[in-house]
Amino acid sequence: MTGALIALRAILIREALRFVRQRSRFVAALVRPLVWLIVFAAGFRAALGLSITPPYQTYITYEIYIVPGLCGMIMLFNGMQSSLSLVYDREMGSMRLLLTSPLPRWWLLFCRLLASTTISILQVYTFLAVAAVYGIDMPIIGYLLVFPALIVAGLMLGALGLALSSAIKQLENFAGVMNFVIFPMFFLSSALYPLWKMAESSALLRDICAFNPFTHAVELIRFALYGQFNAAALGWTILAGFIFLGLALWGYDPARGVKKPRG
Amino acid sequence: MTGLSVRNVSYAYGEKRALDDVSFHVPQGAFCALLGPNGAGKSTLFSLLTRLFTTAQGVIEVAGFDISKQPRQALAQIGVVFQQPTLDLDLTVHRNLSYFAALHGLAGRDAETRISAALDRLDMAERAAERTRDLNGGHRRRLEIARSLIHSPSVLLLDEPTVGLDAAARKAITQHVHALSQQDGLTVLWATHLTDEIEPDDHVAILHRGKLLKQELCSDLTSGQPLQHVFLSMTGATA
Repeated sequence: MTGALIALRAILIREALRFVRQRSRFVAALVRPLVWLIVFAAGFRAALGLSITPPYQTYITYEIYIVPGLCGMIMLFNGMQSSLSLVYDREMGSMRLLLTSPLPRWWLLFCRLLASTTISILQVYTFLAVAAVYGIDMPIIGYLLVFPALIVAGLMLGALGLALSSAIKQLENFAGVMNFVIFPMFFLSSALYPLWKMAESSALLRDICAFNPFTHAVELIRFALYGQFNAAALGWTILAGFIFLGLALWGYDPARGVKKPRG
Repeated sequence: MTGLSVRNVSYAYGEKRALDDVSFHVPQGAFCALLGPNGAGKSTLFSLLTRLFTTAQGVIEVAGFDISKQPRQALAQIGVVFQQPTLDLDLTVHRNLSYFAALHGLAGRDAETRISAALDRLDMAERAAERTRDLNGGHRRRLEIARSLIHSPSVLLLDEPTVGLDAAARKAITQHVHALSQQDGLTVLWATHLTDEIEPDDHVAILHRGKLLKQELCSDLTSGQPLQHVFLSMTGATA
């Protein structure tokens, strides 16, 4: 095994151990979408009528509509959680250990990204399993085809978290990320309502939603869950992923420094 | 050139110049104390030496490798102990060491042999499965030093490694690193503002307000006076 793969394995194991250790994080990651699914969706079921739009071939209930969006939500929150742990690592010093490894910095950051994506995917599958028990199941093929979609979406959202972590100077500033990144990204997307529904109230809001990369990640997941391929969503998600990754690599460029040290 | 070489290095945070044309050389196997008051630029220099930052002004060579041109070879030669602890306190002692080894591309039997040797050197083999959080401050620091040597570097950088330790632990760690330099031929750069950690045979580089004021053997620098007096007379009056 090469040095790069040895490091990748070690980073994956470390992040997995950290996740297992933080049981409350796992419970929160699971409870959050379930609350939306069981409580929120039940309340809005009657209020929101949905027409037949791809990938659906029949009328669907609101609970069914929001499942892909909630998968995206898990990944979005996990990407931000990963960003938070990167900022924590930097404040605690262990980030320095990672960045002073003789391996290329881009590879080390990519390893972290891959580790956070892996954990996201495990959470999504757990959520889908609970949703199936609740009565919302997908075609069997959908559970398989969603895997590559989750990888792409997870990497894009993880890269966003990575880029943000390079810009956030202190842990205390993280609340701003919740207000200015997570909530707008989630609510200004197709996760909770289809874009045509949004257009009925505001064309501008619809355009913002259509521009939001999270919308495309959700649509990629939605189509994959029904065994279909959405090329536009894939293209947008990959493009956004590369942009965020580029920003992250720029943010962690040693020529820019990491953080002004003391002493 | 072996050892550690810093030539005409400057660095600024925006308008504020943190390092100004700093040059010094630590020969292979020497212990050099980088002495400077708080804010002298020691940690900035360490960030440059470990490539957390890079600068276009000046040259840093680690064991003959230019860190800007051959960063991977240079970093492979460096063991570093940062001022801030970098252990994962919730992982076991062994897991901390194996994680670090993996970041340097070491795994399997090779890594296990090195980890065992490091633990034996610390007399901590029986504590390998303990959570790092359960170690006291002195042991954690020693563990960080042992960890920094797992990949057999030729240059060891320590940024104020005794901060927060009690007197006994400070003394033990200072002696331990001096022994590493004398017995194993390790090149050591030890940043500190505490003059009692420096021995007469050590090299001393005095950094003040981003400028290198002096680099000499400690005994030559002091000429029989206490190092504390010499250091304060060079930096204290203007501190």
